[in-house]
Amino acid sequence: MQAFLRDAAEFLPILLEGVRLTILVTIGSLILSTLLGLVWAMMRVSSIKAISQTSAGIINVIRGIPIIVQLFYIYFVMPDLGVSLTALQAAIIGLGIAYSAYQAENFRAGIEAIDKGQIEAAQSIGMGWWMTMRRVVLPQAVRLVLPPYGNTMIMMLKDSSQASTITVAELALQGKLIASSTFKNTSVFTLVALLYLVMSIPLILFVRHFEKKGSRP
Amino acid sequence: MIELKGVRKSYGSFEVLKGISASVEKGEVVCIIGPSGSGKSTILRCINGLESYNSGDILVEGQRVDRDARSIISIRTQVSMVFQRFNLFPHRTVLENVIEGPVFVKKEPRREAIERARLLLAQVGLAEKADAYPPQLSGGQQQRVAIARALAMQPKAILFDEPTSALDPELVGEVLGVMRKLADDGMTMVVVTHEMGFAKEVADRVLFIDGGVIVEQGPSKDVLNQPQHARTQDFLRRVLHPL
Ligand SMILES: Nc1ncnc2c1ncn2[C@@H]1O[C@H](COP(=O)(O)OP(=O)(O)OP(=O)(O)O)[C@@H](O)[C@H]1O
Ligand SMILES: [Mg+2]
Repeated sequence: MQAFLRDAAEFLPILLEGVRLTILVTIGSLILSTLLGLVWAMMRVSSIKAISQTSAGIINVIRGIPIIVQLFYIYFVMPDLGVSLTALQAAIIGLGIAYSAYQAENFRAGIEAIDKGQIEAAQSIGMGWWMTMRRVVLPQAVRLVLPPYGNTMIMMLKDSSQASTITVAELALQGKLIASSTFKNTSVFTLVALLYLVMSIPLILFVRHFEKKGSRP
Repeated sequence: MIELKGVRKSYGSFEVLKGISASVEKGEVVCIIGPSGSGKSTILRCINGLESYNSGDILVEGQRVDRDARSIISIRTQVSMVFQRFNLFPHRTVLENVIEGPVFVKKEPRREAIERARLLLAQVGLAEKADAYPPQLSGGQQQRVAIARALAMQPKAILFDEPTSALDPELVGEVLGVMRKLADDGMTMVVVTHEMGFAKEVADRVLFIDGGVIVEQGPSKDVLNQPQHARTQDFLRRVLHPL
């Protein structure tokens, strides 16, 4: 135990640098995936066939390609097309796009769960499509969507470790680097696991809070 | 003020409205009666553009109703709708429900809209419920809020689609009472209803619809007391004496 604490004191500063990147990647890709997911979801529920099918196509393409391949594509292939990104930017964009498909399906389910009568009532007082979404549908959908959204946040936190495959020295990669140079596998990976857990706990509480709230009428 | 000329509407190959022609004058109360599935709701929904129609014309104050044109917004602000299942916004208070259209669609100053909303809520007997949320209200109260929400748009006419059908019997009266007051105040109203008492006492005219056509229409007392058509007679007999 004492040895572990000594190792912890020694490695934590470096690992916290990884934590910083993990948080950056998670928050960045969370924001991007939320915005994109909203766009896909609103296109998906459009009554105009061409729009909803375009969105369905995009979602399926994104879902059908492994996240790691999407990351490689953005980091290694985009420069050939004249767009070069830092590893961090590529990670945020790649994970953001990859997760936008899951966000979109969640948002769509939330939007579609809203009673059609709500939309008709909004239209009958003269609201256009966008105002109906903004004032009537989305505020009600948010309550339904929040618990699964929290779960997505937890998965994104953990999947941010995939950024390591394109050289982002986030927590998992930082741990691996320390472990391979010091051979203190147990201490290092225990610390890494604990740090992920510490970051997940607020998110888990978030989900619990909204699940409880959601079960009330 | 509302005019339908040869309106036809199909869902796929199923023709719901088979050439409906009718008109509603300013200040008139018209009740639409008829069996389930005859197309009553569809008529109302076509008038304010919730549904499109395939042919014919619907005019509101001379303006053609076209669901896909920009003008539909202005038509909807002139013709309000009250639904069978109220369709209040559950995430907003009663007062917010009532001012939603005036403030966000008609861009009225919030203060004015709130002032008028409070008057309207008093008018439907719900002044003290302004800050409640719709799910906390009884069905009758919710429907009265929905009527206040419709009135807040200062519409030229209000369409009611079976406004009391979702209510417990003892709550029907309070909603019909509010509607009768509106009629007395000269509001133009088109009411789909199974409340024959209301139709007889309040409506100026009654349309009887069956199978997507107007089978019979005329002053309410005539149609309801001395129906000419066998189908009208049959329908009224079944509604008035269900056993
Ligand atoms: N979206 C739709 N798609 C297909 N058919 C529909 C649709 N909406 C209504 N219909 C059909 O059109 C017919 C007329 O419907 P409508 O709702 O106008 O009848 P209604 O007279 O209001 O009946 P009710 O008294 O039951 O409310 C019905 O047979 C119904 O099944
Ligand atoms: Mg109906």
